Amino acid sequence: MFEFLEPAFMQRALLAAFVVGLCAPLVGIFLVQRRLSLMGDGLGHIALTGVALGFLLQTNPVLTAVIVASIGAIVVELIRSYGKTSGDVALAVLFYGGIAGGVLLIGLSAKQSNVNLLSYLFGSLTTVSRSDILIILSLAVIVFFATLALRKSLFALCHDSEFAQVSGIPTKALSIFLAVLTAVTVTIAMRVVGLLLVSALMIIPVASAQQIGKSFSGTRILASVIGALTASAGVISSFYLDLAPGALIVVLVISVFVITISATALNSRVKLSKQIS
Amino acid sequence: MHYPGRVALDSVSIEIEKSSVVAILGPNASGKTTFVRACLSLAPIYAGQVKLFGQDIKDFKEKNRIGYVPQRLHEGVGMPATVFEVVESGRLSRGWFRRFNKEDFEKINHAIEVVGLTDVCHNSINNLSGGQYQRSLIARALASEPDILFLDEPTAGVDLETQNVFANALKHLVEGGTTILLVSHDLGPLRALINRAIMFREGKIDYDGPPEPEALDRHIFHDHPHTSTPSNRSSIL
Repeated sequence: MFEFLEPAFMQRALLAAFVVGLCAPLVGIFLVQRRLSLMGDGLGHIALTGVALGFLLQTNPVLTAVIVASIGAIVVELIRSYGKTSGDVALAVLFYGGIAGGVLLIGLSAKQSNVNLLSYLFGSLTTVSRSDILIILSLAVIVFFATLALRKSLFALCHDSEFAQVSGIPTKALSIFLAVLTAVTVTIAMRVVGLLLVSALMIIPVASAQQIGKSFSGTRILASVIGALTASAGVISSFYLDLAPGALIVVLVISVFVITISATALNSRVKLSKQIS
Repeated sequence: MHYPGRVALDSVSIEIEKSSVVAILGPNASGKTTFVRACLSLAPIYAGQVKLFGQDIKDFKEKNRIGYVPQRLHEGVGMPATVFEVVESGRLSRGWFRRFNKEDFEKINHAIEVVGLTDVCHNSINNLSGGQYQRSLIARALASEPDILFLDEPTAGVDLETQNVFANALKHLVEGGTTILLVSHDLGPLRALINRAIMFREGKIDYDGPPEPEALDRHIFHDHPHTSTPSNRSSIL
């Protein structure tokens, strides 16, 4: 009945995609409200250096990517908060430095070719190993519970950062923590959709849910459900269509966004015409 | 206090008595908002000291004793959130990393009731009028049950109904002994509550005393006698 579940690699791929799809919007919702939608994209660039470092040190690239991306996230947040020069220029230097660092380090790693790097750039779900799954699940649990425990404080920070500061919420520490959570999410998602597409899974389910949700908590849950369902559907579709799962997931997420935005616009028009008549 | 190229507040020494209602008045760029932001540690102080309840602001930890209603909120606009969720964030000053209990929810609901938003408390803030949204921000400040409330132009650009609701909410707080610092261009229905007026001009105190219209007139208009008309006089106090 479920022949796509028969191969062991598909079971691992589906589990990874479901967990990442569930967790990515939980962080993404705070980035969208803070107008930092492309933060995940930038940290993805930095994570590439971490991946290449993993190849060079012959250790698990997911682990080195988490460490490098987290350090990068802290630097980015500090530049954003304290930087006296133009913040976006400083961030651009860091992001492109991340890509360049990745390419250079992979060149130094004799046994690895650029093909390996491509699997991290565009995702390679079918090559997710048992140790990858363990790392992804452990980090996803941290992301899930951290965003759950801090949701009210993070909401206050996003809605009105000055009020949050006056209320005694440690806004700077919380902003750095959010940046690190973003880095962690980027690295767990890179095996699923790839570093170049990672932001899509964090941001677009949130943009879709915002069309429907009235409350912040409702939008958060809906975004997470959209993320989990589209990621799972993308993996299953890739099994039958023999296409890249990462790209399929992103196309599905965008399709859901287009449907929700069209349905919301239509619904508003119908309501308006009813009121007029 | 200074901004690049100019001093924003200079030689300002103010002591606010408990349970007083103080109006901070003055023309644009006179230092009103900077004064409030300095009191809340939102603006850096280069010389001098701000004390809250006898304690230096830098060491002050009892954040739940401070309430703040900002001038105009641009951040968070368009965010999916209900009135309840916005007001709820006001209780975080009593502990930002904890589970809310029954008392928290009672206080949140009470604050929403005081500003007359009970009927729309589960509506999206994006569907509220400007006045209703401002009322939700006032409820957020009330939810923490502050001992001192800072208000920066809280009724600027809102309808008369909101101004009246706001005046009733403040009256309720004043009766409970809350100290209020109110920055305003147009006091409207709030004028009856004020018992002290401080006038700023070019970063300095120009007048500090009872809110007598005649006294304020002298200080507001002595440099610009041609602007002293009955209509703009009443708009200030």
